[in-house]
Amino acid sequence: MQMSISDPEEIKINMTAMIDIVFQLLVFFIMTFKVVAMEGDFNIKMPLASESADSLDEELPDLITVRLDAGENGNISSITVDDSEILREATMFSDLTSIVEERLAAEGDPERTSETEVEFDIAYNLKYSYTVKAIAAVSGKVLPDGEGIKTLIKKVKFKDVGNGF
Amino acid sequence: MRLFKKKSTEILEGDLTPMIDMTFQLIAFFMLLINFSEVDRAEEILLPSSALAVPPVVRPDYQIILNLEPSGEVVFEGLKNDIDLLNPLLSRQVDAAAREGIRDPADIAVIIRSHKDTPTGIVQELIAKCQESELQSFSLRVKDRINP
Repeated sequence: MQMSISDPEEIKINMTAMIDIVFQLLVFFIMTFKVVAMEGDFNIKMPLASESADSLDEELPDLITVRLDAGENGNISSITVDDSEILREATMFSDLTSIVEERLAAEGDPERTSETEVEFDIAYNLKYSYTVKAIAAVSGKVLPDGEGIKTLIKKVKFKDVGNGF
Repeated sequence: MRLFKKKSTEILEGDLTPMIDMTFQLIAFFMLLINFSEVDRAEEILLPSSALAVPPVVRPDYQIILNLEPSGEVVFEGLKNDIDLLNPLLSRQVDAAAREGIRDPADIAVIIRSHKDTPTGIVQELIAKCQESELQSFSLRVKDRINP
């Protein structure tokens, strides 16, 4: 007696539906995808007025006052450092960095310089981008040839808000 | 005499496996990079840029992101609010942080994402308003500029 061996049939799965949904998912993710630019922070601490009053007995840090004046349309017109040095040129922000750098170098003691504060007195209508430029200018500077960043001031505050940051 | 060969009636099936593999990899890529965060809800805000800003490395235990428009309206949790009406919202956030174990409002990070053309006085008003809710830790968020 001869037994017949049935040929093993190839099982085929219909992939069409899966591919359809996969392509729909792909299109959805491509359409909603957006390249988000890297962001960074200027971290600030603003103690409440009552807390800072408690710490009045502590030794006050060296303070550099910087006034930012606004011209028409909220653009910056001048920077005044410690009520004496007035910067008006296009290079005012790099000049501000140089002044702060010179002040810190004059103080000498690195521990002391890390305690130095900058207080900003800013015109109400000055565009925020100029404020950020000024904060960046006193915070440090980018060294040439990609050698990194030189940190200058770590503590900054606003004159009219609470007790500063 | 026959002029044409009879055509084969077999169905030609290409191997779809590599294409499906590739498609799944693409989907995984886009799924990982998609961003539904609150930042996206304020796309109209153009941040100022700086090469000296520090990119956030560790996410704070509790953070409040306030998007500030040039008009002075604050976009918070996708809704526009007037600065003067922010106190109840901030108080709710302080309470929510307390429920998560952050009892001191000073430990709550307030991230201010202000449009570059916003008058600085309005930013100061926003900071003062946050201080009324005893918030003290602020971060001014800017666009990171790699090449100044």
